[in-house]
Amino acid sequence: MRLIGQGVALGLVVLLFALLVWSLVSEEGGDLAAAAARGDRPAAPEFTLERLDEDGTLSLSLLRGSAVVLNFWASWCQPCKEEAPVLEQLWRENRERGLVVVGLDAKDFRRDARAFVERFELTFPIAFDGPGDTVAPYGVTGFPETFVIDREGRVVDAFAGAVNGEDEQERLRAAVDEALGG
Amino acid sequence: MSARDLAVLAAIAASALAVSGPAGAQSPPNAADLEAKLVCPVCETTLDQSNAPVAERMKLYIRERIAAGDSEREITDALVAEFGPGVVATPPKSGFGLVAWVLPIAALLAGAAAVWLLVRTWSRARPAEPEERPLDAALERRVDEELARFDG
Repeated sequence: MRLIGQGVALGLVVLLFALLVWSLVSEEGGDLAAAAARGDRPAAPEFTLERLDEDGTLSLSLLRGSAVVLNFWASWCQPCKEEAPVLEQLWRENRERGLVVVGLDAKDFRRDARAFVERFELTFPIAFDGPGDTVAPYGVTGFPETFVIDREGRVVDAFAGAVNGEDEQERLRAAVDEALGG
Repeated sequence: MSARDLAVLAAIAASALAVSGPAGAQSPPNAADLEAKLVCPVCETTLDQSNAPVAERMKLYIRERIAAGDSEREITDALVAEFGPGVVATPPKSGFGLVAWVLPIAALLAGAAAVWLLVRTWSRARPAEPEERPLDAALERRVDEELARFDG
């Protein structure tokens, strides 16, 4: 009986330890940006989300063959308002070259997000992730964050914070060129 | 029953009706109560504990919907439709959420069963009391002699 009790206690300890390790590993999305910075080009996590700019859904895998600038934003985020015109301009300048800018609105009200899109006259595709399920896989810690993804679906560069400063814009354009294979 | 008793009963019945209000009427939801039951999707604390921009926006939304005459259920459902089931502080009593409600009770029952098993095992393992055997006659006589000498 005593041996059984010890076995059960040991089993519980092992189970709890395994759960701890699993939770740490599964929330390791922050490595995506670090790996991109090292030049590793990690695969961008797949998602399929409802579209806000039109009916239907948007899957990242369906954009394979195009370079993607994936921008996480929310209508209540102040820096997102400042960088929205930069992203719209980037989209207009590079869409003919094979670039798709995707706005990923997370942890937000649909109505507020649509008002944001209208206010800033955004014409690129907008995906909606109210629960924020894509936030952890991408290791997003705040809004906005931007990921530049190449034609094979690999992350070339990642930006935490708005990309409206001169240095950030220069780095963003360089990353887009790299993602486009130019 | 005296007239005084009847008057007291009538007063109690009248006050009960005044508290419950007209039949079928439902009091509007309380914003503070709802804010304590819903979670900010950014900081993951309840709305009443958060001043994050999205939490402030959600609080405003709750007040707008209360003013529009929506019930607590309608407001909660609308927020779940925007932010997912994680916005509700307590897990749902259906589907996988049911596990969170059942598991503590199951653990309690398992604990009680384990204690009962242990107690039963220990009580069985305890060595039996030795049987009381009568002293043999010689020894008893000797004890009596010793006691008599001790008393004398």
